[in-house]
Amino acid sequence: MSIKRKTRELFERREQMLQGGGEKAIQKQQSLGKMTARERIIALLDEDSFQEYDLFARHEGRDFDMDKKNLPGDGVITGTGKIFGSPICIFAQDFTVAGGSLGSMHARKITKIMDHALKMKVPLIGVNDSGGARVQEGVNSLAGYGEIFYRNTLASGIIPQISVILGPCAGGAVYSPALTDFVFVVDKISKMFITGPEVIKTVLGEEISMEDLGGARVHCEKTGNAHFFAESEKECFEQIKSLISYIPWNNKRKARVLRPRNPKNAFKIENVVPSDPKQPYDVKDVIRALADGSDFLEVQELFAPNIVVGYGRMNGQTVGFVANQPLILAGVLDVDSSDKAARFIRFCDAFNIPLITLVDLPGYLPGVDQEHAGVIRHGAKVLYAYSEATVPKITLILRKAYGGGYIAMNSRHLNADFVFAWPFAEIAVMGPEGAANIIFRKEIAGAEDPEKMRRQKIKEYKAKFANPYVAASRGYVDAVIEPEETRHFLIHALEVSETKSVALPDRKHGSIPL
Amino acid sequence: MADKKDKKLVDFHFEGTRYRTQVTAQFANRKAWEKEDPNIILAVIPGKIVKINVKEGQKVSKGRCLYVLEAMKMKNKILCTKSGEVKKIHGIEGKLVTKDELIMELKDISPKKSSNSFQQSKTRSEKK
Repeated sequence: MSIKRKTRELFERREQMLQGGGEKAIQKQQSLGKMTARERIIALLDEDSFQEYDLFARHEGRDFDMDKKNLPGDGVITGTGKIFGSPICIFAQDFTVAGGSLGSMHARKITKIMDHALKMKVPLIGVNDSGGARVQEGVNSLAGYGEIFYRNTLASGIIPQISVILGPCAGGAVYSPALTDFVFVVDKISKMFITGPEVIKTVLGEEISMEDLGGARVHCEKTGNAHFFAESEKECFEQIKSLISYIPWNNKRKARVLRPRNPKNAFKIENVVPSDPKQPYDVKDVIRALADGSDFLEVQELFAPNIVVGYGRMNGQTVGFVANQPLILAGVLDVDSSDKAARFIRFCDAFNIPLITLVDLPGYLPGVDQEHAGVIRHGAKVLYAYSEATVPKITLILRKAYGGGYIAMNSRHLNADFVFAWPFAEIAVMGPEGAANIIFRKEIAGAEDPEKMRRQKIKEYKAKFANPYVAASRGYVDAVIEPEETRHFLIHALEVSETKSVALPDRKHGSIPL
Repeated sequence: MADKKDKKLVDFHFEGTRYRTQVTAQFANRKAWEKEDPNIILAVIPGKIVKINVKEGQKVSKGRCLYVLEAMKMKNKILCTKSGEVKKIHGIEGKLVTKDELIMELKDISPKKSSNSFQQSKTRSEKK
């Protein structure tokens, strides 16, 4: 009798909490084209796999009549669940409850689930949809943010951390996503900025819309703060699931190995890559011709598109591809593409994902704007990230590898494990035209027909140096391979580096040029 | 798809070689670099001009406070980085300015004909 009554009381209490901010607030959320926090969790996780924590948490606001207010779950839903059977921890801010504002209990629920994720060594997913700090709770909300950032930092490199921005995420709140590994945004729904349009207008007199200031597209194309762009929340969840399938649970594990599949299209080099190194092609076609099932999950597709990074599988095993993109800016390295590649390489290294680097670039982008934007310090990140990485590092030089770009793109000299080159690869300090102009300057200037002499010297230089054999003769290239057999060579390299073990010098941590 | 990609290809010159490639909007919108003119005083940060401390035609020396710009809740004293004369004042007290808005123009006091004449004129002005 009493048990029955108590159980009924539980149901009643639970039912009340599950209402969130109530019907009106839920309708408002839906009218903005947004799902509720609970709907999002259900859509993202495996069916019936969500276990909620702290449903009955009470907010701690005591001033400004806040103690009279009932805020179900204090505006955030936390718990554990599964994606494709893999365990994860999740929190989702509930905008229908006090605008998802962060008070001290709200923050404590989040830090509790973060601590849990770190203890259990499983990925953490945070769904952000909040008006910001709960002003009524004053400095306690700031404390809450700080405690979240601290845990984001401690968890970095131990468990994968994913942030999903499905609403406003402004002020200090943006720093939690910034500290995590992957940020997912949805067009017209996600908004991220430190100071909003209102403040900018009153302080600085500049007028800008939220969308133009910190919308999804801005953060995917311009700032590089976000990694995945989706048109809808549904598409966003599919992207998250896909990413989870490629990465391991934590830094002590390897990503799940799937049944090997052949690429959908057999590799026909002449269909993909023009032999003239001056002509462009889409390097993603090469990746798809190499990867299992031709599946490739690109990271930061819209940012610095002159380099391509993302996940695929070879022989069932997850690999991280880093590839110059000759289709855009001839595939040069510059400030943004260096940042993008370095961050990706370091994630792969932290989480035991082997790296496959596809090289086809003329070098670092020249220009006053690049120099003044610090291309030296940014470009150095690529060298640093490759050098410190201890996962299997495999390089394939497709066509051109010139100058500093050659060194940076996981060359033998940065301790690559395997360097392959295609037979028409050119490894040199610069392209034949530039090199001939310097080496034969006098002969060209003194010739009767300088242009004819220039062409002849370029031809001579090309014949002698524009090939992979000079580098191969020094052991800088391990093997020159036939393009059609590339997948076979890469898989072999991965198989024999399965047990790779390298110890870095003993130190607290390095000091990467940031 | 391939057709669409081909359309946007442009020439891209790199160390004497001409590559065919697409360019990003960021690259296409680059501005040519210009040397900064120390006589042109631009707002370094968006804000409000609180006070202008100099007049047109006035001689100013390095370190002199030209005007006060209130930005980010701070009243910033904007100091003169060179000696010269105030040629024209564009800024208005109490007005909001955006970054890089023209506040005032300076001019050199005596055109440098030779190092000698510069020395003399400098001595003369000092004597005054």
